[in-house]
Amino acid sequence: MKRFLICAFGLALLVGAPAFAQKKATVENVPEMPFTAVPNFLKLPTGEYLGESVAVATNSKGHTFVYHRSANTRLFEFDAAGTFVKEIGAGFYGFEFAHSVRVDKDDNIWAVDEGTNMVIKFSPDGRVLMVIGRRPPALEGATAYPVGPNAPAQKYILCRPTDVGWDPQGNIFVSDGYCNNRVVKYDKNGRFLAQVGSEKVGKGTGEFNLPHALQVDGQGHVWVSDRGNNRWVILDNDLKPIKEITNLGTAWTACISGGPHQYAFLSNSNPNGNGPGTWDTTGEIYKLELDGTVLGKFGHPGKLAPGFQVVHMLDCRNPNELVLGEIESWRVQKFVFKTTTPAKSASTQTKPAGAGAN
Amino acid sequence: MKNLKQALLAAALIAGAPLYAQKDAPEIKFDSVPNALQLPAGTYLGEVAGVATNSKGNIFVYTRTGHPTITIGTARPFAHGGSRLFEFDPTGKYIREIGKDSYGFMFAGQVRIDPADNIWVVDQMTEMVMKFNPQGRVLMLLGRKAENVSVPAREPKSDGAGRPQDLFSRPTDVAWDAAGNIFVADGLGNARIAKFDKDGKFIKSWGKRGTANGEFSVIRSIAVDAQGNVYASDTGNKRVQVFDNDGNFKTAFSNVEGPAAMCITKGASPFLYVSNTNPPTDIDHNGEIYKMQLDGTVVGKFGKAGKLPKEFGTTAAIDCRNANTLYVGEVGNLRVQKLMLH
Repeated sequence: MKRFLICAFGLALLVGAPAFAQKKATVENVPEMPFTAVPNFLKLPTGEYLGESVAVATNSKGHTFVYHRSANTRLFEFDAAGTFVKEIGAGFYGFEFAHSVRVDKDDNIWAVDEGTNMVIKFSPDGRVLMVIGRRPPALEGATAYPVGPNAPAQKYILCRPTDVGWDPQGNIFVSDGYCNNRVVKYDKNGRFLAQVGSEKVGKGTGEFNLPHALQVDGQGHVWVSDRGNNRWVILDNDLKPIKEITNLGTAWTACISGGPHQYAFLSNSNPNGNGPGTWDTTGEIYKLELDGTVLGKFGHPGKLAPGFQVVHMLDCRNPNELVLGEIESWRVQKFVFKTTTPAKSASTQTKPAGAGAN
Repeated sequence: MKNLKQALLAAALIAGAPLYAQKDAPEIKFDSVPNALQLPAGTYLGEVAGVATNSKGNIFVYTRTGHPTITIGTARPFAHGGSRLFEFDPTGKYIREIGKDSYGFMFAGQVRIDPADNIWVVDQMTEMVMKFNPQGRVLMLLGRKAENVSVPAREPKSDGAGRPQDLFSRPTDVAWDAAGNIFVADGLGNARIAKFDKDGKFIKSWGKRGTANGEFSVIRSIAVDAQGNVYASDTGNKRVQVFDNDGNFKTAFSNVEGPAAMCITKGASPFLYVSNTNPPTDIDHNGEIYKMQLDGTVVGKFGKAGKLPKEFGTTAAIDCRNANTLYVGEVGNLRVQKLMLH
């Protein structure tokens, strides 16, 4: 075993997410939304670091949660001033490879881990209330990867799940994920109700190719980032597809804002690796009315803030104050917008992508 | 397979007929300072892949230590840990650890300090180049760690030219020119040098696997002189290649048998230190370090392979901020030596 581990360790290769062609958005004449970037708004204790900051969320008190890939995956909580409060779930069995964190209306914290195939519901003070899915049993040993064809999807076993959301009644929706290609609906007690899609990749109506993020709006409609198909799919509360958005590039993630007038933020994130031309054709985030009207866009790729390095999740509880988590920069940024609609004149505080480190 | 790195190094250094280095070069007298670094109780160095000093004389050591592991009971095999970055004061007293439990630290490649005292870390396994500010906060990242490892392992197959972007294959070193442009030796999995602007935007890369001018076998180290010329130790081809700032081939020195670690001194009359690094499989040959002018003329040499003080076990790093006080990092002897040249 030791020899095997060393061998595998020494020969790590790039085998990550499936390589999909990144798509340039075809929507035209979308106004740029001026923003102010808040530098270094999260303050880490000495000696602590963020890794790939793939998941961010805020609660009703303005606390920020970051579920990130450090040497080990970790969940940090910061207060509204950005001061580090505590770590949740240190050493927890369900933590291996962060993918999403979301906070529900009762301030429960939900973590989605695509390494342990688990969705974990923590109480606001960080106690485990419920889990969905099961970690693959270690007693089966180390298994080969890549694996063969996907096994048939099961009700209560997930396969690299990506995100979680809830409707106003508390029903739970899970996007699942990198090996299954489905959206599952559970009741508030975690009992299976329905699914759309399957373990198979597809591009037809009701099929998915890497459902990568999920949000539920106030009407109980489910917004799914169907990343491999370069579309956002909107499902009704019974998981019946009712609409899709295909002109905003590659569907990396989605956020539906809080409050009575909700907006959708959809990210055509720049792909990992910063390949030729990608900085010119991707990286922007769109703001929409829930009816699909595009209001504006913002953001550009760049190594230095406020440039983006693969936005993986954003929090939009307040649509004028976004918290953005990125993969490659190990960074969380906060963008503040002056109005709820795109301004006509550029703010003097808005920086172009790549200007100035912070 | 278990010792892939070792095999690569051995193949690179001892395959084929030996070219005779300037073994008759004058011997430079030197001493090794005993106990140059004082580690806290319970802290150890592993293989020292990188050592560098900043403008205050503080010493940074990037070392392969702890336990690199793969988790089981997961959707994929995830790898963790295995390298640490330590800082010492100029007297060798331990100050702190930087980047503890960082996602980017797995198999140490190199550490270098830029003119603003930022700390640049190169990791061969996460295939990342990480820029930390002097306080140890992340400023910029190049490359990305593979999300998981393959089981069973697969050999990398490529012509070494890489892709025009910041995904690396076992990078080994980083350097900068006066304008702050960044040069990365993408040198073990690939065989190219990649150039980025100071903000990390990719500009170009050059080189692929081969023996012609401008091609490489294994690039162990790079250095940039005050004019912006780029020196690359093309270890397997037994030469140091020199390029202009845009990657055009200028010349090559073939008088060091297996050039690996390199360093260019500062000041009006700079020198290039180059190690003729012995492979971990052999301490009976080579191992000496050469001092040469930037035109390749050897001034002198010192040391040999071995396990005692003033001997070297697979030198992986040389710091020469002070031209006559060198820090040498060794893979084979799990140590840093501080050398006083006379």
